[in-house]
Amino acid sequence: MASIEVRRDACVGCGACVPACPFGVISMEDGLAVIGEACTLCGACESACPYGAIIIRTGEAGGGDLSEYSGVMVLAEQRNNEVDHSTLELLGEASRLAEVSGEKVSVLLMTARPGNWPERLISHGADIVYVAAVPELERYRTEPFSRIAERVIREKKPAVVLAAATTTGRDLMPRIAKYLETGLTADCTELAIDDETGVLLQTRPAFGGNILATIVCSDTRPQMATVRPKVMKALEPDSSRKGVVEEIGILPGDLESRTEILEWLPLEEGEVDISEAEVIVSGGRGLKSPENFALLRELAGLLGGSVGASRAAVDAGWIEYPHQVGQTGKTVQPRIYLACGISGAVQHRVGMQSSDRILALNKDENAPIFEFCDHGYVGDLFEVLPLVIKEIRRRLG
Amino acid sequence: MRFVVVVKQVPDTAEVRIDEEKGTLIREGVPSILNPFDEYAIEEALRWRDELGGSVIVVTMGPPQAEAVLREAVAMGADEAILLSDRAFAGADTLATSNTLARAVSRIGDVDVVITGKQAIDGDTAQTGPSIAASLDWPQVTFVGKVRQLGDGVMVAERYVEDGCEVIRASLPVVITLLKDANTPRLPSLRGKMKARKMEIPVWGIDDLGLEPGKVGLDGSPTRVVKVATPEASSGGEIHRGEPGELAALIVDRLLGGEVE
Ligand SMILES: Cc1cc2nc3c(=O)[nH]c(=O)nc-3n(C[C@H](O)[C@H](O)[C@H](O)COP(=O)(O)OP(=O)(O)OC[C@H]3O[C@@H](n4cnc5c(N)ncnc54)[C@H](O)[C@@H]3O)c2cc1C
Ligand SMILES: Nc1ncnc2c1ncn2[C@@H]1O[C@H](COP(=O)(O)O)[C@@H](O)[C@H]1O
Repeated sequence: MASIEVRRDACVGCGACVPACPFGVISMEDGLAVIGEACTLCGACESACPYGAIIIRTGEAGGGDLSEYSGVMVLAEQRNNEVDHSTLELLGEASRLAEVSGEKVSVLLMTARPGNWPERLISHGADIVYVAAVPELERYRTEPFSRIAERVIREKKPAVVLAAATTTGRDLMPRIAKYLETGLTADCTELAIDDETGVLLQTRPAFGGNILATIVCSDTRPQMATVRPKVMKALEPDSSRKGVVEEIGILPGDLESRTEILEWLPLEEGEVDISEAEVIVSGGRGLKSPENFALLRELAGLLGGSVGASRAAVDAGWIEYPHQVGQTGKTVQPRIYLACGISGAVQHRVGMQSSDRILALNKDENAPIFEFCDHGYVGDLFEVLPLVIKEIRRRLG
Repeated sequence: MRFVVVVKQVPDTAEVRIDEEKGTLIREGVPSILNPFDEYAIEEALRWRDELGGSVIVVTMGPPQAEAVLREAVAMGADEAILLSDRAFAGADTLATSNTLARAVSRIGDVDVVITGKQAIDGDTAQTGPSIAASLDWPQVTFVGKVRQLGDGVMVAERYVEDGCEVIRASLPVVITLLKDANTPRLPSLRGKMKARKMEIPVWGIDDLGLEPGKVGLDGSPTRVVKVATPEASSGGEIHRGEPGELAALIVDRLLGGEVE
């Protein structure tokens, strides 16, 4: 069922909506617009409000005219005014999906300074770049970003909306999906268009990676999904590709926020975030003690990589939780993942299985990890690792 | 300060087995547990209540047996528990779930902080918290690794993101989703266990919450699972055996990827 709502955070009590209402059902109470029972949801107040504070939500699950929606929209993610690589991956995937239906790929970039990114996004596959640029959009904050994105989506009516399954995407998308009363599938690893129905088939691991579930959102639009970073492939940039850049106006109410970033504490120098690492040397219960993690640190240091761990090692207190890989830790996709003394339980596997190359060192030849690694080495890590370090030093000179 | 912690009963995914022939989950005999992340959510609420006074109310939506996780929370020290259970709630996706949970929060009334776990280990979506916040039109702070300060209408919390940590101030009421970094959950006390055993837990259904059927359960869920498959069993890699020195040389070949030598 459709409903109307006055956003308490955005309404400033200006009263512009009161005369705009053809039915005279809006009143002001304590500096807030209040919509009376007799409202017909005609929408006159929604367009009269200068602050975007009045919102009419249409269509419960099962309603709405689906044919009005077309194309794939990507919500770009940026940090320090640089677009994240995950956005380029999504554009690659969006192009692939849109090709099937011959529809357009758009991207919404909310940022403080777009620089030359609109052109670069076009070269990576976007047909339309919507740019909302004001200084207040420097860092991601839930309310301004979700409000602007919601409005753009309502206006442009994409059939599919994608964002990366990062801390940003996973904060932003559920909020928008609720505003739009539509479905959202989390952390997808595979997307496809159903030949017959044209709906988006969204596949994701669930139950700790034990199953792959395919999910659809047939009756509401847009179909929304967050997509695991580093799974989809970006297109080779092509500067001859043509596209349109459209500016998105900011309404004063857009930037209101009940949260504020007081301080930003970047990861310490040298403390590479494992979800970004190119090489990960990871240790499990087989390491036996916290001191032995020094071996892994030394090896990771030589390779310019990071140290990961199984939950068993984290629970034992040998290394801190931010290093944990797996279902309840981080998902990583390095070029090389070297697992030392890790059995390869499914909860660990889901966090590292999409690494380009998995190497495993374990003294038990029946360890499950040998069933899915690329190269397995049956040996005692305490004997082998020191020699690995020595050999690398020798070869690197 | 009034806290609502929403908790979920989940199958212990470590115990889930696959029926290789049918490619389905074997759920029989799989124990149901309190979602591991939610223990941290409960603990965080208890700590702040102990410091500031007030109450902690735990809420779950699920079948009648989901009551067990509420009793677990009461044993840890929660003051009140409410079970949201109704046939109409069955088959809910995150949108329908959060509609139901958000309405319960409104009905409880005067709530300052809603805490959820980071994610449930069955669905792994991490969507319920933000979706509750949107339903209530409250601010949200997700992926909270530490709550620094709470009181006087504000919360200051650390939000852990990919490249660091944001220190965020939010006005109350607020919804937060909590990481395991935040605390170490306490064990249930003897007194808590006694209380949990005896406590009458109210059950709220769709009419108590005043929700329309189209907003909850399967009918209120825009998403549907259309296929379930087991991940391809990979054939396994190349297995190397040998003296430590030989193995080390092979590993180094791979690690350096032929770029050196
Ligand atoms: C809800 C839930 C969520 C979970 N989430 C995660 C998660 O996010 N990440 C995660 O990792 N786990 C997770 N787990 C735990 C997971 O089920 C396993 O218990 C865990 O991964 C095991 O860690 P491990 O491989 O280090 O230890 P073990 O399974 O004990 O394996 C140790 C391995 O080391 C080998 N070894 C011992 N000594 C040596 C030696 N000297 N040289 C070489 N090899 C040696 C052994 O042969 C063995 O294979 C989760 C579990 C549950 C229930
Ligand atoms: N049915 C439910 N009842 C109560 N809380 C829930 C329910 N489902 C999810 N949650 C809460 O939402 C969090 C995230 O769950 P999810 O979005 O399913 O990953 C969980 O840790 C719980 O705190």
